Amino acid sequence: MKEFKFAVAGAVTLLAGVASLSPALAETTLNALFMKQAAYSEDDVKAMTADFEKAHPDVKVNLEFVPYESLHDKIVTAQASGSGYDVVLFDVIWPAEFAKGNFLKDVTSKIPAADSSKVFDGAWSTVTYDGKRYGMPWILDTKYLYYNTEMLQKAGIDHPPKTWAELEADAKVIKDQKIVEYPIVWSWSQAEALICDYTTLVSAYGGSFFKDGKPSFNEDGALDALKFMKTSLDDKVTNPNSREYLEEDVRKTFSNGDAAFALNWTYMYNQANDPAQSKIAGKVGVAPAPGVEGKSEVSAMNGSMGLGVTSGSKHPDEAWSFISYLTSQDVQNKYAKLSLPIWKSSYDDPAVAKGQEQLVAAAKQSIAVMYPRPMIASYQRLSSVLQTQIQSALFGSSEPKAAMDEAAHQASRLR
Amino acid sequence: MALSMTRDERKTPLEAWVLMAPALAILAVITFYPLLRTLYFSFTDAQISAAGTSGNFVGFDNYAYAASDAGFHAALIRTIVFTVSSVALETVMGVAVALLLNQEFKGRAIARTAIILPWAVPNIVNAMMWRLIMNPEYGALNAALTQTGILGAYRSWLGDPSTALAMVIFADVWKNFPLVAFVALAALQTVPSELYEAARIDGAGPWSRFRFVTLPGIVAPLLVAIVLRSIEAFRVFDIIYVMTRGGPIDSTKTVSFYVYQTYFSYLDAGTGAAYAVIVALLSAVMISGYILVIRRQEAK
Repeated sequence: MKEFKFAVAGAVTLLAGVASLSPALAETTLNALFMKQAAYSEDDVKAMTADFEKAHPDVKVNLEFVPYESLHDKIVTAQASGSGYDVVLFDVIWPAEFAKGNFLKDVTSKIPAADSSKVFDGAWSTVTYDGKRYGMPWILDTKYLYYNTEMLQKAGIDHPPKTWAELEADAKVIKDQKIVEYPIVWSWSQAEALICDYTTLVSAYGGSFFKDGKPSFNEDGALDALKFMKTSLDDKVTNPNSREYLEEDVRKTFSNGDAAFALNWTYMYNQANDPAQSKIAGKVGVAPAPGVEGKSEVSAMNGSMGLGVTSGSKHPDEAWSFISYLTSQDVQNKYAKLSLPIWKSSYDDPAVAKGQEQLVAAAKQSIAVMYPRPMIASYQRLSSVLQTQIQSALFGSSEPKAAMDEAAHQASRLR
Repeated sequence: MALSMTRDERKTPLEAWVLMAPALAILAVITFYPLLRTLYFSFTDAQISAAGTSGNFVGFDNYAYAASDAGFHAALIRTIVFTVSSVALETVMGVAVALLLNQEFKGRAIARTAIILPWAVPNIVNAMMWRLIMNPEYGALNAALTQTGILGAYRSWLGDPSTALAMVIFADVWKNFPLVAFVALAALQTVPSELYEAARIDGAGPWSRFRFVTLPGIVAPLLVAIVLRSIEAFRVFDIIYVMTRGGPIDSTKTVSFYVYQTYFSYLDAGTGAAYAVIVALLSAVMISGYILVIRRQEAK
């Protein structure tokens, strides 16, 4: 039997050798799932993939792009039905749930030990749950404060706000001078985007989601964060349509010159500075999201995403080599315009910073303080509860404290 | 019609079963199997995982949770509001348009074709279209209303919890009233014109003619259209998914969306299945109600 196996193995090796000489190769096809908006554009991902395919002629990658809002459900339904993807882009808030449902392969052993110290801790926490790594971080992202330099100048403001209170005051000046009707725009639609903005403020006000396993977003800093949001609406400095906006709506409003301040991801910097897509190209300033006096210098949340190999993938090795390629420092440095690298040393690379020095400077500060959203398996449900109750407060249907108490009550029953 | 059949005609011979077998087999695979599986899951604490969905038997636990879940109740009430308002509006508009299209006028053929267009638009496209029209910044609705002086300033439609559901109903009515209109139009053509003449001689005005001649003539087919629309409206999902995703503050979260979220976003197949079974039972009650009404109508 053994001899037979050897013979077969030998024949296969021989055949493979012959096959590799001929142009018709045995192709492996990978199916990969990405998202449509924010971070790397579809064109960027296609270009990177084309380069990868050139270097690996025996691997073909099918790319699929879906809106972020559909990404989670697409990953789990495809996996649960036994068909689907080899490589998926996943958000920082999913590893706990994905580990529980066994959706992703544990790739801890595949990651070179030397990489651990070369990549930001915040990036690693994106793919880590319970000490295991379920992929490679790819998009290292947080919310930044964008401002329209021309509008600030007109209002006589010579520097971007350092605290949220200062931002509110600046916005009032801009509004009073009728420079723009609603100076601040956010993504407060009933979606994860709302929680991202909220988490940024929670980090600024020194709040927390849970304390000793119990919900704590109905008290102290986390409650102050919501109160700030509500006040900025009541003072009419926040665009009321923010409550139905996602990130792309924020970008359009800001790029259209209809806002002085906006909170958004990395990708907006170069798109808002692109004359083809923006009316305010060249007038875009970026800074870390402000802090709160006595509590924080700057604020940031972890909005990073990673690439993982699905547990059902039939080509895990090829899938991993694709992921390794996309997350490699060279590739990330090359496509650093819409998403910044996960690699520490890239931030001191003049080639990466070229043309976006201000963004890279802001990133250095923000990445160091990225605040995480709760890492629990029932995060999706918690987020949904929070979205509903925060919106309820923002629309004035309930008082912030009452809304967050209700959220805490519902969250205490999460399994 | 069924009532007029004789006993012999009602017998179901073997051929009928044989002829129906392929259809039944397909139905068994795509309807009965998922239904039974859902029923089974509803008694378990099943979670969706990569290995498939499985769980332990928990009895009526999920149903008890559904009975106490305020979010589920609110979604049910919202769905009933959606169904009743959109079907009522579709019926009124559908009949009104059918009456117009039943008149003799130049270009009637073109009008009859044009009116079917909304119905031919796919649900998703319809939802996308209305979302763009109702956009608060550059939507055509705001432009039209402010330029005609009806509205003072641009406002949010889908982002305002007090209007969002109404706007989704509006988009649904626009898409689906042509179905009612066409059924009504076809039925109108079967009402004998002598009846109208007789009514006129008896001194009946337009309203009386509609109430006592037209309506009885079209009510049976109209009821069928209403039943179809109600069933569809009750399980509304796609238009919500595209236009509002259930927001703001859950104001458009219908029961199908709620089930979907529990099942696929929270991976809680057990609870989701229990919700789904309850919704299916409620649909069954609604359909039985309609069938009773239709039977009574036919018996007249």
